[in-house]
Amino acid sequence: MRKAILVILAILALVGLLVGSISCGGAEGEGVLTPKGRLRVATTTSLYDTGLWGYLEPMFEKKYDVELDILYAGSGIALEYGRRGDVDVLTVHSKSDEEKFVADGYGVARVPFAYNYFLIVGPESDPAGLKVKGMTPEQAFKKLYANPGSGKFVSRGDGSGTHSKEKAIWKAAGYPDYEAVRTAGSWYIDAGSGMGPTLLKASELQAYTLTDEGTFLAYKGRQEINLVPIVNQGSILLNVYSVIVCTKNTKQEMATNLVNLLTSPEIQELIGKYGVKDYGKALFNPCAGVPEPTS
Amino acid sequence: MDELWHAFVKAIHLIVSLDPEVMDAARISLTIAAISCSITALLCLPLGSLIHFRRFPGKRLLTSAIQTLFSLPTVSIGLLVFVIFSRAGPLGGLGIFLTPTAMVLGQIILISPVMLGLIISALSGVDKAVSETATSLGASRFQASLITIREARFAIMAAVIMGFGRAFAEVGVANMVGGNFAGYTRTITTDMMLQTQMGNTELAMALGIILILIALIINVVLNRLQQR
Repeated sequence: MRKAILVILAILALVGLLVGSISCGGAEGEGVLTPKGRLRVATTTSLYDTGLWGYLEPMFEKKYDVELDILYAGSGIALEYGRRGDVDVLTVHSKSDEEKFVADGYGVARVPFAYNYFLIVGPESDPAGLKVKGMTPEQAFKKLYANPGSGKFVSRGDGSGTHSKEKAIWKAAGYPDYEAVRTAGSWYIDAGSGMGPTLLKASELQAYTLTDEGTFLAYKGRQEINLVPIVNQGSILLNVYSVIVCTKNTKQEMATNLVNLLTSPEIQELIGKYGVKDYGKALFNPCAGVPEPTS
Repeated sequence: MDELWHAFVKAIHLIVSLDPEVMDAARISLTIAAISCSITALLCLPLGSLIHFRRFPGKRLLTSAIQTLFSLPTVSIGLLVFVIFSRAGPLGGLGIFLTPTAMVLGQIILISPVMLGLIISALSGVDKAVSETATSLGASRFQASLITIREARFAIMAAVIMGFGRAFAEVGVANMVGGNFAGYTRTITTDMMLQTQMGNTELAMALGIILILIALIINVVLNRLQQR
């Protein structure tokens, strides 16, 4: 009995020490039940995978003396968190979903702040013959569907912004019934995963997939991705990132500060230069305050 | 094979250089698991004793139900906490969701069945003669129960250690209800998931190695306490 009590006391002492070290080490000293001084941002994975958030986060935290909690999620679940009021701000890239989000009253406004392009990547051997001059994304998708088995396609399948774009391309290619595409055959692989794992799966299977340029470049640097750009021209490939303040958030002023920071001239310039050092080209184009690009 | 070796080297490097992100993740993993485990132990020891020593209708059904809950997926528990404590949920006003508190709560739900089941099993393993002898020597029912608990202390300790291990190594609950915020709710396990998603496989493996090392140290310490 004595030993059991000793052990329990030891555990509690250890716990006490750890809890003590957190509350001393943590800067804010807020209550555990109602965290103040923390702004929650749900971000789409590409802004995180490219390292852009890692770059911007300390700047924001320092300038406004607030802890930024960045939730890494696909645009789909990010919007859901926003609807539920679990996060304060969203940075996503799913235009139609965002517009509905704001129209339904969950978001204050949709503020585009950066853009880049999606591209279709695939194996160097290009078995489906998609790497042809002048081939549009819609035509490429059409060719894949019309010749089942000529090439495999891996889909994000996770309700993300990229997945939405993929569905939009299928629709533009003449296949509005996405369910029919999804079940078209074993050549279409519904991966249900984030961009990174999807690229890895596509590489393993030597299949085609749709990716945003930033994540593709970032991953090629980190992992063995045996994929090359196949189709990278076409206005449908435009990828616009927006920041949205959620109407259910509890920190209106701080949330607005974040929007102001992202659209400020200094940060816009930094966004425009981000990636040149590590990847040889800028991963994003700034676009705050100008009419939203359409191609 | 190459990758494993590199991961191992990276793990040593991260530990020796006291990499701040890894230290944060380790601290959070340990704290949350320790708090969850302590609270659960304090709840489950009396509860388990009550269930074992008392006779009541449906006792065997209850024990079966507890053992069934061993198989409760961590994601299910995460979802449950999400639905209840999300701002849009019934208890959303507490503002617990996406904080360490939610993670502790989720882990308590996770490890309670395991600890409860194993404590009941530990107590059942004690020879009835022990409590009968005590009673014949004049012990009250409560005192006889305490003696049985004392007899089962090693198995009970093992149940607590098992609970801690389960909490320390799980990822479903922590990821779903914590939000995986760096330095706040990012544990070693959720960090491993993130790094894998981001393509940093070597770092993810190194974190896994560090997690096992911490678990090893804790077990060695607890074992020595158990045997003294």
